[in-house]
Amino acid sequence: MDIREFIARRVAKEFKDGEVINVGFGIPLMSTRFISPEITVHIHSENGIIRMGESPELLGLPVDPDITDAGGNYKTILPGGSFFDSLLSFALIRGGHLDTTVLGALQVDEEGNLANWIIPGKLVPGIGGAMDLAVGSNRVIVAMEHTAKGNPKILKQCTLPLTARKKVSLIITEMGVFEITLEGMTLIEISSEVTVTDIQKCTEANFKVSPMLKIMEV
Amino acid sequence: MSKLVSKEDLLNKINLWDGMTILVAGFLGNGTPEMLIDFILESGIKNLKIIVNDTSYPGKGIARLIEAHRVKNLITTHIGTNPETQKQFNNQELSIEFSPQGTLLERIRAGGSGLGGILTSVGIGTPVEEGKQKIMINEKEYILELPLTGDLSILKARKADSFGNLVYYGTSCNFNPVMSLSGKTVIAQVDEVVEIGELDPNLIATPGILVDYIVQTDK
Repeated sequence: MDIREFIARRVAKEFKDGEVINVGFGIPLMSTRFISPEITVHIHSENGIIRMGESPELLGLPVDPDITDAGGNYKTILPGGSFFDSLLSFALIRGGHLDTTVLGALQVDEEGNLANWIIPGKLVPGIGGAMDLAVGSNRVIVAMEHTAKGNPKILKQCTLPLTARKKVSLIITEMGVFEITLEGMTLIEISSEVTVTDIQKCTEANFKVSPMLKIMEV
Repeated sequence: MSKLVSKEDLLNKINLWDGMTILVAGFLGNGTPEMLIDFILESGIKNLKIIVNDTSYPGKGIARLIEAHRVKNLITTHIGTNPETQKQFNNQELSIEFSPQGTLLERIRAGGSGLGGILTSVGIGTPVEEGKQKIMINEKEYILELPLTGDLSILKARKADSFGNLVYYGTSCNFNPVMSLSGKTVIAQVDEVVEIGELDPNLIATPGILVDYIVQTDK
């Protein structure tokens, strides 16, 4: 299985029945394809929709150019869904009405600090809704590949400008799953393909290993 | 009195000048009035200050003003989908103030609602807080973000009556309602215009008193 799909499948297991979720691009968005049919999750997209459905192309439906996701791709709306303006959409985000947000990261550290919007002098995509989502959501999960070109992305302290301070509570990569609390970072699940030593080698942050360490299942 | 005018007529009715501030509705170009972007391009004005969520994709919406080098200052949240914006930013042709999206929205709302500013914890501990006043309330730290207004707002709606009441559709609504509050002059491009009384008042998202002119989308 492709690494990104493996991570996305593991992310999907974090969603609980009835939750309102928001997912960023890439692996987070991919995770919504693997949500268990046993549960109902309400997907919020910050451009103004709750209960966003799949793309019309996938469903064999005609395209409505006025229904898009936060990347500008054509989408559909599920029964029970609603549209609203951006002001309400961000009140939902900032007011604590979202249960879970899944974001990618350039860096994340052992205190749960997140950096994902700028590499000064190199890459300046901008903030978009990332700061609002990271600060306002009740639970923030980072889903990403464990390293970038072999360099650790899970650090003792982020070196890039932050998106939000101390908000990430779970990190999911192809190597394992880390929980972050006030006591620090703990490895709670490990991929069957790697050892704890392997993970330590490509993780700069200090982490404990849970006495109940489990094999990561997707 | 009908607010419906032709695009050609707008030039006689509206003052435009170099350096003016324009609020442009839309999210990645969806909900952006392309005909009003044409109107601004054709008017020749330049050195504009633009308040907009993002700089869209190449060739779409606000991107066309940037590609034509008409924009000098931008207040926005995201430029990642437009290489030309990044190029002009990197060579310092274009100055950009980045704002978190919810903060940008609340600042525009504040500007159009008579508020002196808004307090938010979004941006604390990040470059967004630099140079801004911080205020503690109930032992929590907030950034004071100041209101935004513009000389002109350009909107896009699905339907209007001739009084300027607007009905949006789907995710094209986005920044349109809030920007209707904060421009001194407000123009909306609409796909369909009906007589006064034909719209269900319960479905009107922007009351016509906020809209100065409407232009119908070319078929």
